[in-house]
Parts: sequence; structure tokens; C-alpha cells
Amino acid sequence: MNAWLPLLVLFSSLLPGLIIFFLKEEQSRIRIVLNMAGALIKLILVGSMVWGVYHGQSYEARLPLLPGLELALEADALALLFIVLSSLLWLVTTVYAIGYLEDSPNRSRFFGFFSLCVTATVGVALSDNLITFLLFYELLTLSTYPLIVHRGTEVARKAARLYLVYTLVGGALLLLATVWLYTLAGTLSFTPQGFLSSLDEQHYGALTIVFVLLIIGFGVKAAIAPLHGWLPKAMVAPAPVSALLHAVAVVKAGAFGIVRVVHDVFGVTFASSLGLLTPLAVVASVTILYGSVRALYQDDLKRRLAYSTVSQVSYIILGTTIVGPIAAIGGIVHLVHQGLMKITLFFCAGNLAETLGIHKISEMDGVGRRMPWTMAAFTLGAFGMIGVPPLAGFISKWYLGIGALEVGQGWVIGVLIGSSLLNAAYFLPILHAAWFKAPPSSWPQERSFGRKETAWALLLPPVITALLVLAAGLLANATFSPLQWATFIISLEFSP
Amino acid sequence: MSLSMLYALAGVGLFVLGLHGLIVQTHLLRKILALNIMGSGVFMLMVALARRAPENPDPVPHAMVITGIVVAVSATALALALILRLQAMTGRAELPEQQTRP
Amino acid sequence: MSSGLNTIAWIVWIILIPLIGAMLCFMWPRRGNLLGMISAIATVVVVVALYLQLLDQGVIRYAVGGWRAPLGIDLYADGLSVLMLLMSALVGLGVSFYARDYFKQDDENPAGFWPLWLLMWTGLNALFLAADIFNLYVTLELLGLSAVALIALAGSKDALAGAMRYLLVSLLGSLCYLLGVALLYHAHGTVDIQLLGSVVTVHPVSYAALGLMIAAMVLKSALFPLHFWLPLAHASAPTPVSALLSAVVVKASFYLLLRLWFDVFPAVTLGLGLLFGVLGAAAILWGSVQALRQTRLKLLVAYSTVAQLGYLFIPFALLSPIAWQGGVYFMLSHALAKAAMFMAAGNILKFGGHDRIADLDRVAQRLPITMTAFCLAGVSLMGLPPSGGFIAKWLLLEAALTFEQWLWAAVIIVGGLLAAGYVFKVVGYAFTQADHSHDARPVALTMEWAALGLAVGAITLGLIAPYPMALLAIGDPLAIREVSP
Repeated sequence: MNAWLPLLVLFSSLLPGLIIFFLKEEQSRIRIVLNMAGALIKLILVGSMVWGVYHGQSYEARLPLLPGLELALEADALALLFIVLSSLLWLVTTVYAIGYLEDSPNRSRFFGFFSLCVTATVGVALSDNLITFLLFYELLTLSTYPLIVHRGTEVARKAARLYLVYTLVGGALLLLATVWLYTLAGTLSFTPQGFLSSLDEQHYGALTIVFVLLIIGFGVKAAIAPLHGWLPKAMVAPAPVSALLHAVAVVKAGAFGIVRVVHDVFGVTFASSLGLLTPLAVVASVTILYGSVRALYQDDLKRRLAYSTVSQVSYIILGTTIVGPIAAIGGIVHLVHQGLMKITLFFCAGNLAETLGIHKISEMDGVGRRMPWTMAAFTLGAFGMIGVPPLAGFISKWYLGIGALEVGQGWVIGVLIGSSLLNAAYFLPILHAAWFKAPPSSWPQERSFGRKETAWALLLPPVITALLVLAAGLLANATFSPLQWATFIISLEFSP
Repeated sequence: MSLSMLYALAGVGLFVLGLHGLIVQTHLLRKILALNIMGSGVFMLMVALARRAPENPDPVPHAMVITGIVVAVSATALALALILRLQAMTGRAELPEQQTRP
Repeated sequence: MSSGLNTIAWIVWIILIPLIGAMLCFMWPRRGNLLGMISAIATVVVVVALYLQLLDQGVIRYAVGGWRAPLGIDLYADGLSVLMLLMSALVGLGVSFYARDYFKQDDENPAGFWPLWLLMWTGLNALFLAADIFNLYVTLELLGLSAVALIALAGSKDALAGAMRYLLVSLLGSLCYLLGVALLYHAHGTVDIQLLGSVVTVHPVSYAALGLMIAAMVLKSALFPLHFWLPLAHASAPTPVSALLSAVVVKASFYLLLRLWFDVFPAVTLGLGLLFGVLGAAAILWGSVQALRQTRLKLLVAYSTVAQLGYLFIPFALLSPIAWQGGVYFMLSHALAKAAMFMAAGNILKFGGHDRIADLDRVAQRLPITMTAFCLAGVSLMGLPPSGGFIAKWLLLEAALTFEQWLWAAVIIVGGLLAAGYVFKVVGYAFTQADHSHDARPVALTMEWAALGLAVGAITLGLIAPYPMALLAIGDPLAIREVSP
């Protein structure tokens, strides 16, 4: 069972995906059943994996690729964090996507690639060495491309092409770095506290270049400035895709990669001794501020959220660069928190677009009266982003700040405060307009749902994730909260 | 210089002449002729080098030459068939990019 | 069971079966499809039998008719030969399935295809098993002539011109090669490859022969800048023929080059390795750029072949022996992937009546199996995981980086990105709506599945690498054991 469970988790989304490709458009019932079944099964399997690991079991699966090189999946603590997040959010997004894409063309193709995308994300989470990570990372690129180009317009084709240029170049740099690292170190297995500290000093120059290449490669997906250019353009994709990309799959995979590199390839202390972490911290901070500033100037709602993502994901990276456990916890837990908050926001944006035809913030006056539940969820998400206690976002920022102070990097607090202020500056006006301004006489393109605010499938997911944002913050001290988990993960990294 | 060496050099000379013709001539029939001359050059070289006076010559290169001639005949036949087809289709017996007149 | 297997001279049947099949198909053209398929399947079975025999016995050497060299013809099978045989067999099987329906649907002449294709297969198999350089000449000619005739089957002006040019190039190459053979025989008194390897020394005659023979193989393998004949020949041929040419036939001359390099001339190679590497790099860059510029799909795929063949020459310039494993693996994956890609392109051509890339018009939705085949083949060509192409790329990169040959590593990486450029150019258009739609003509399912099968094969190669590697080691054809500690 121990080798099968990781594989089963992968197949729980791969098989439904492959089957869905062959379904005709009209067979929506079977498609929905397959999607939901896959998502639920995955969640159950992941749950049992968590339970098993909690009781001391280990789950790993290996396949030899070449002499000395193998594909390896293993469920360690960090992997589980990411995979629980992915599975949970996949379930919610599946419900949302079913509602959103009702009567759209090419749904079989969409859900097929959607499932492949999740498979790739789960693979990224479970990877136990750099080459497996690379494999699933590239698979992620390949499976998200059709989702961006889905609508088949010229705009979509160009946005997808831009996405490819960025991600494939990043992938090429990753490959180069990985092979190089392999020739230097002879292994690529993720090891807590890294496996490079035993190398000769003469290689330090090469290791620095490898680090830079790896960060660039992962940074493209993680949307670090100046590699973030593809993200706002990719908003042309349907809302469930934006939700998935920004909360779970692509962006998080990039950030996750950076966490793995710093913690399990180089090791935080070794990386810091090579002088690699401070420049990364600076880049992350610049991205945090830059993303927020750009967000201020966007009128298109999804674009503003896109830039907000650019900014927020760099919190995770910032957390990893600070050589102290508390800040590291803050970074890793933000992986979960940002996912929950951002997906809520994107779901709401999708609702506004689908139900009322609203795409711009200037069209959002008074929409709180018309769609109270959606806007309530949005409000929770927005407050979380700003860092209002007791929501999830506050927890992450608090840990980051305290952790930075603890190791004497007080300037980080300045970045945190600055970005929180900017967050407030671009979220509060939206909330104000939505709740307190008078609605226009008619919405751009209204669809009626009877007495309901909008379809159930569109309404439930954001409400659920918003409540989770609240819970993750309020219940942060409970045993299974993301915070406690992150604490556990970091304890492995910093133990002697 | 011995007789066989003279023939061998002549063979090489034929090869080079044929090569020149192959590259320079535009009419396909001439190109095929040039290839045949190249072939003949190689065969002559092989036969010349097979001489082991005063013993009997080495039969192995002779066998090779015979095989080579068979191959050359088949190749020439195919080439001629192609030229005819090309001529029928385009009215010219030249490769398209080498045609000087429209 | 294995002892029973070992008593049969599979090595001879590999050559005989397609030959007999060719003659049968020639005599009964109406039964062409049936007889052709039977021969194809029989050939594959025999190749697998030889593979098993090789695993059991190790290297096999067989004297045809009981007469040994130098008067008799020896057949020799080691890991590399069997690998090439398996490669041609797999591609050949896929193409045979494809061709059954390809020629049925059109009015194109099926009567010519099967005999010619089986003759070509005979030539290929004989080439991979030949143990002396003269026999190689004969098989090369058989291969070349049947390939030319197959191209001309398409009947169009482009096809005829392409066939003619290919014929001229092929004959030129063969004659140069034959001249080299003559010189070598005169200098050393033998044409056997193994024997030559031990006696060839630094000597003007050896250099002359080396130059001639290698030049001939480079011409036939379409290494830049001698690649000019390839794009039109491969693109204007009937699709199954294009697949065979790009996937297998160009690899045959490369295989010959490898044999010459490792077995006949190991003492004499000078700085040629670096030259090959440079030309290979030029091929990768130039071919990829040309592919990007194409407006028609089959031409794009043909230029992609020019580019990918460049990768095969990079190992000559690398110092690590792993590079050769990478090169051979590249050959294997490219064969499967390129055949699949040509078949997919052929399907698209049949479907819409044209292969203009900008007008692909949602082919992704209307020919999903074909597009999947194209994309999977593209994944291998780009060297993305998991695929055979990725394994090959990894090995090449590892070889380059172990000895800090940065420039070659950069070329390999850039080549992969350029390949992504032209593959995704097609894919992007396949997803989008064109300005004007065309009526669609149906494409037989077998044709689509044949393409997909080979493409999946290319991907699977990425996951089963230990097996081909183990096979390659039998007989140590690439002198890896000698070099590595």
C-alpha cells in the first residue's frame, strides 16, 4: 500500500481526465460524475495519507529513469501541506467550473486538461527529487496551455503563446541547472537541510549560478518581478482557470519549487552562507511592492487580482529567505492562506462576470445589495489580503514580521507594512463602492437566476473558501491548522 | 610508372571529371552520364589495383566491380524513368531550380 | 524454449522475409495490403526473436551459406544493430498500418508502395546486419533506390524533382563511399569491419578513404550544409514515405557513420569530432529557424528533421562517453516521434485538403487523436519530460556539463526552445478558429491511431530507458567500456 497510495492519488485525477477526453459534449452527466468522483476520491486518499503519515507510516514510489536517476514520489510533511491544499481547492474549483462553463463549447476538452493540470500539481507536490519535480513542473506547463488557449480566439492564442515563452524558457533554465547540479553533486534527492553543504569550495561559484538559474526557472511560474509578464495576460482564460492558476497550480508550484530549493536542496544555512538569500529577499520585496503598486492602476477586476497575486506570492519567497524559523513558518503557511484567499476573490470575480457581466471595478457600484453573499465572501478575502486580524492573512504577516525582527532583518517589517497599506488602498475602494454606493440602473449583462443571487454551483465555492479563510485564522492554534503544520515542517528544517 | 598505376590514376581522373560534370551540367541526362562516368572511374581503379603481377589478379575487387556494374545499371534505369516522367510533366529535363529560361 | 529459439538463424530471416514479401506483393498487387501487412508483422516478430536471441547469446556472427569472409558475406548483430532493427521494425509496423488506409482512400497507386517499401525494409535490415563495408555499399544502394522510387510515387512535380535530386545525391554519396572501399581494400586486403579496425593506421590512404566515406555518409545524413536535398524530398513524398525517410532512412547512413567511426577508423579521427559538433550545432540552429519560417506543415516537419539530425552530431564533439548513449537514444526517440508527426501532418493534410499552418482551423477539436499524436511527438522533439527525447537531452547535457563544455550545453538548450517554437506554432493555430473554414474529408481511424501509437511509443521511451541502454551495451559498439573507468 505504501507505494501505491501516491500513485493512486495521481491516478485519481489522471484517469477521469483521460476518460473525459473521449466523452461527447452532451454527456454532461457522466462528465460531472467523473469530475466529482475523482475530486472526492482524491481528497479521501489524501486524507488517509495524512492520517498514515501522522501515525508514522511512509509513502513512496520509485521508478528508475537512468542509471543513477529515478522518478521518486514521497509524501513528506511539506508535500502533504501542498497536496491537501490542492485537493481541497480542486474539489471546490470543480464544482465552480461545472457551474461556470454550463453550455459552453468544448467542455470535455476543458475538463480533460483541467484534470491533467491537477495531476501535474499533485505530482509536483509529491516529488522527492529535483528531476521528478522538473517532470511534473513541465507537465504542468503543457497541461495549462490548452486551458489558456481554450476560447480559441486570437487574443487567447497570443496570451497562451506568451505564457509558453516565459514558462518554457524558465523550464529550459531549470533543466540546465538540474543537470549541472547532478554532475556536481551526484544526487538530486530532497533532503531536509539540503544535500550540498558537503561539496568542495571550488564549486561554490557554480552553485551560485545554479541557484540563480533555479530561482529564475521557478520564479517565472511564481511570477517574481520581472518574470511576471505572462500572468496578467493569462487572465483571458475562463475564471475557473484563473482561480486554479492563481491559487493552486501554477503560481504555487513555482513558489513551492523555490521553497524546496532553499530548504531541501541547498539548506537555509548553507544558502545563507553563500550569500544567496539576501538578494532573493530583495527581489521578493521589490515584487511585493511592485505588484501592489501596479494593482492600484488596474480597472479590470481580474487584472487587479492578478497583480495582487504577483505581490502576495512573493511573501512566501520572502519567508524562505529569512534565516529564522518563525519567518519560514510565516512563508510556508502563507502558501495555504494565500491560496484560500485568492481563490475566494477569483470565484467572486467570476460570479460578477457571469451573473451581471461585470468585468471592471468601475462597474461594481452597489453590487453588494444585488449579490450580498458573493460580496461578503469577497470582503473576507480582501480583509484577509490586507492582513486584518483574525483572518488568515494576518497570521502569515504576523509571523513574517516577528520572524524578521528575531533575526535582525527589521526592514522586512517596512515592506510588510507598506504592502498592507497598498493592499488596503486597492481593496478598500472596491468594498466601499460595492457596499456603499448606489447601484446603476441596469447591469452590463444580467442573467437571471430567479430569487437566488446566482447559481448554487457558483455561490457555494467562494462562501466555503471564505469561511476557511476565517477558520484558518481563528483556529490557527488548533492541531490540524495550516499554521501548526507549517510549524512542524520548519521544525524539521531547523533542528540540529 | 607501372601500367596498373596508370590505369588507377586514369580511374581517379574519370571520377573527378564525372564529379565536375555532375555538378556543372544542368541537363539531367548529362548528370546521369556523369554519374556513370564516375562509376566507371571507380571500377577502373578497382580493377587496376587488383593486379598482382606475376600472379593472377585478385578476384575480390573483380567481384565488387561486377556487383557495382549491376547496381549502376539499375540506378541508371531508375534515373531514366524519372527523367522521362519529369520531362512529361514539366517539358524540361532539368531540376526546377536549375532551369534558366522560364 | 530459448534453446529452440537459438537454433534458428533469425538473423537471416530478418533479411529474407521482407524480400519475399516484396516479391509476393509485386506479383499479386491486388493483394498488396494483405500480403504487405503479413510481411510487416512477420518481420517484426523475427526482429523480436533476434532480440531475445541476442540477450541470450550475446553478440551474433553468422556466415551466410557457410562461407566466411573475405569471399563470403558475414552478418553481425550486436546491441546497436538490434536497436536499429527494433527501431525500424516499430516505425515500419506503424507506417504499414497507416499506409493500408492511406492508399485506399486516395487514388494514389498502391500497387507500387508495398513492393518498394518491403524492398527498402530489406535494405535497412541488411544494412544494420552487414559486417563488411562492401556489403554495406550494396545495402545502401538498395535503400537509396527504393527510397527514390517511393518518393516518386506521389507523382507531383515537386515529388519528382525531390526524388531526382535525392537520387543524384544518393548516387554521388554511394560512389564516393565505393571509392573509399576500394582504397581501403587495396591498402589492407580486407573489407571486414572488425578486421579493418585492427589494421587501419595513420596513413595517407586511410585518410583519403576516411574522408571519402565520411563525406558520403554526411551527405546522406543531411548534415548541414549538405542538407539541401532533404526538405523537398521528405515533404513532397506520400506521407507514409515521408515518415519512413525522416525516421529511419537518414538514420541508416548515420548508423554507418557510427560503425566507421568506432570500428573501422578509431585510430584516425583527428579533429573531425569538433567539426561535426560545429556543423551539428549549425544544423540545429539553422534548421529550427527555417522550420519556424515555414507556412506549410509538412515542410515544417521536414526542416525539423534537418534540425534534429544536428543533435546526432553533437556527441562527436563531447568528451564524455555518455554522450553516445544520448545520441543513440536521440536517434530512437526521434524516429518514433518524427514518424508520428509526419503521419499526423498527413492526416491533417487529408482532412482539410491543405496543410497551411495558419488555416488549421480548430483541428484540435476536429481531429483530436491526430492532434494528440502531434503534441506528444512534439513533446519528445522538444525534449520535455517524460519522453525519449528528454532522456536523450539529459544524457547529452550531462555529458557536456561534466566536462564543462558550456557552449554545447547552450546549443542543446536553445535547440529545445526553438523546437518548442515551431511545435507550438502549429498547436496554437490548431486551437484557433481560422477566417474561412474548409469542408472536411474523413480520415480513417487506423491512420489516426497509428500516429498516436508511435507518439505514445516516443513518450514511453522516456520511462523505460534502462532496457534500451542495456541492449546497447551488448557488444559494446560505442566503446563505452574502454573509455569509462
